[in-house]
Amino acid sequence: MSVPLALRALLRSRNGLVGCVLVGVLVLSALVSLVWTPYDPTLVRPQDGWLLPFSGGHLLGTDRLGRDELSQLLTGARSTLRTALLAAAVAAVVGLALALTAVLLPRWPGAAVVQLTDVLIAFPVLLIAMILTAVHGGSTWTVITAIGVGAGVNLARVARAEAARVLDTDYVLAAHAAGSGTWRTVRKHLLPNIAPTLIVQLSLVLSVAVLAEAALSFLGFGTPAPAVSWGRMLYEQQAYIAARPLLVIWPGIAVAASVLGFNLLGDGLREATDARLRVREVTPV
Amino acid sequence: MTLYLLRRAALLVVSLFAASVLIFLVLRLLPGDVAQTIGGIKATPAQVAAVREDLGLDRPLVAQYGSWIGGVVTGDFGRSVLDGTSVSGQLAEKFAVTGPLTLGAVVLALAFAVPLGVFAAVRRDSWLGGAVNTLGQFGIALPALWVGLLLVLVFAVQVRWLPAQGFPVDGWAEPGQALRSLVLPWLTLALSEGAVLLRFVRSAVLDVLHQDWLRTARAKGRTRTGALLSHGLRNAAVPVVSVLGLQIAALIAGAVVVEQVFVLPGVGQMLITDVGNRDLDKVQSEILLLTGAVLVIGFLVDLVHRLIDPRLRSAV
Repeated sequence: MSVPLALRALLRSRNGLVGCVLVGVLVLSALVSLVWTPYDPTLVRPQDGWLLPFSGGHLLGTDRLGRDELSQLLTGARSTLRTALLAAAVAAVVGLALALTAVLLPRWPGAAVVQLTDVLIAFPVLLIAMILTAVHGGSTWTVITAIGVGAGVNLARVARAEAARVLDTDYVLAAHAAGSGTWRTVRKHLLPNIAPTLIVQLSLVLSVAVLAEAALSFLGFGTPAPAVSWGRMLYEQQAYIAARPLLVIWPGIAVAASVLGFNLLGDGLREATDARLRVREVTPV
Repeated sequence: MTLYLLRRAALLVVSLFAASVLIFLVLRLLPGDVAQTIGGIKATPAQVAAVREDLGLDRPLVAQYGSWIGGVVTGDFGRSVLDGTSVSGQLAEKFAVTGPLTLGAVVLALAFAVPLGVFAAVRRDSWLGGAVNTLGQFGIALPALWVGLLLVLVFAVQVRWLPAQGFPVDGWAEPGQALRSLVLPWLTLALSEGAVLLRFVRSAVLDVLHQDWLRTARAKGRTRTGALLSHGLRNAAVPVVSVLGLQIAALIAGAVVVEQVFVLPGVGQMLITDVGNRDLDKVQSEILLLTGAVLVIGFLVDLVHRLIDPRLRSAV
């Protein structure tokens, strides 16, 4: 299916439309924060601390240290999006590498890769992050690697099943008979045919990554202060929840909306790339 | 069944071994020097070497691994590099918090996810069924730590029914207090895990509703509810049980976060403290323990899966 057609099918489904809007808001906030935020998000002005919304020129108020809440939210969108995208890239590489070696290697080495994947799945992202932090200390890269590897092994399981299905089809057999080498078959037949499934899965990886990034920076495994992130905002405001509940509400809504956005986008993409829906779309009989 | 049991048990042992080697190697081979960390930045090379020898870090990797895993098999999980306390001694105390926390959360999650999931599937065309499904979709997107903070805001700050955080110093010696401090953590963990389960229960039941044998049961005179109760749920349980197995890893990670939000002295909080202190020997044993728990529970779930799936049972 061509890309504009897929996009139309995506926007036609309610899930896809809402998902696109929510993800669009996240991307837009991240882009805006690159060129403009109302204040410097890390600017500490204790004399302006605890300002209420709509006061002193601060739309959403300020925190204990007088940092502007809206500026922090916008900057947080950028770090969330960057972490999620890089983690998804790592996940795609890890997932594809494990899946392809599992299906392409001869029987025993292939089975060993499958078993390795299954053992790796037993490590939650959080534990991987802890191992890395114990050795290296917390950083953006700790978070990206942990989420990327953790999500990648789960992706590998789905990609492997899909790759095995494609390798079993008649057109791969025909290509093989026509003298197509392994790499040619992978490039021309395997990858294009597992791509729709992978794209849907990567959209879900992005939603997992946003959730995990928030949890990891909340626990202090992310980039150290003064870097801004939604999880760190929640951590810093936790102690003052009774005094300023809104400062805990905003970052949470930001995380939830982004996760929901990527989830719905994934659902929408699945509906848009579903073969049965595709037939109805292409042949107006 | 016996053959299957043996093969699956062998696989479990191999997986546990592979996991232990992975944890050991990653902690050893990644750049970063424990001895330097303990000695401090100002330690002379001689002092660092002394620390290294004291910890046995100068021995070959295989010997280090052997003495660690030999201890683990006999129930000795090693000692803290920093203060020398034994890990096994602390674990029992910490598990008295984490065990009830996770177990209670699973029971609670099932208690609301199963009925709501079945309802959302059976009434999928009514607005109420759709609303339950949408709520599940929202529930998945909510970060557990934020749900915890919101519950604190409502039940501890506004109406003051329950403590915002902490656990009685005497632990379960004060059962009432201990239970009260676990209510909000239970709700938090159950809501975030239950939302995922709800979606799977719904799709499993939807799948069952379209099966021919359910139509046959109804053709033989069973009501829709009767047919669903006597045939449908049993079959829908099969995929739900396997999802439950996959959710265990997420549940343990969730427990770590929830313990941090509610300041509960459990395994998760101990792990976070040790990671902060770079107490690598403790971290190594604790992570193996948690991963081992995931693998063992996965093994048990596979057995249950085998027992309840009529197709797999007859194949044996």
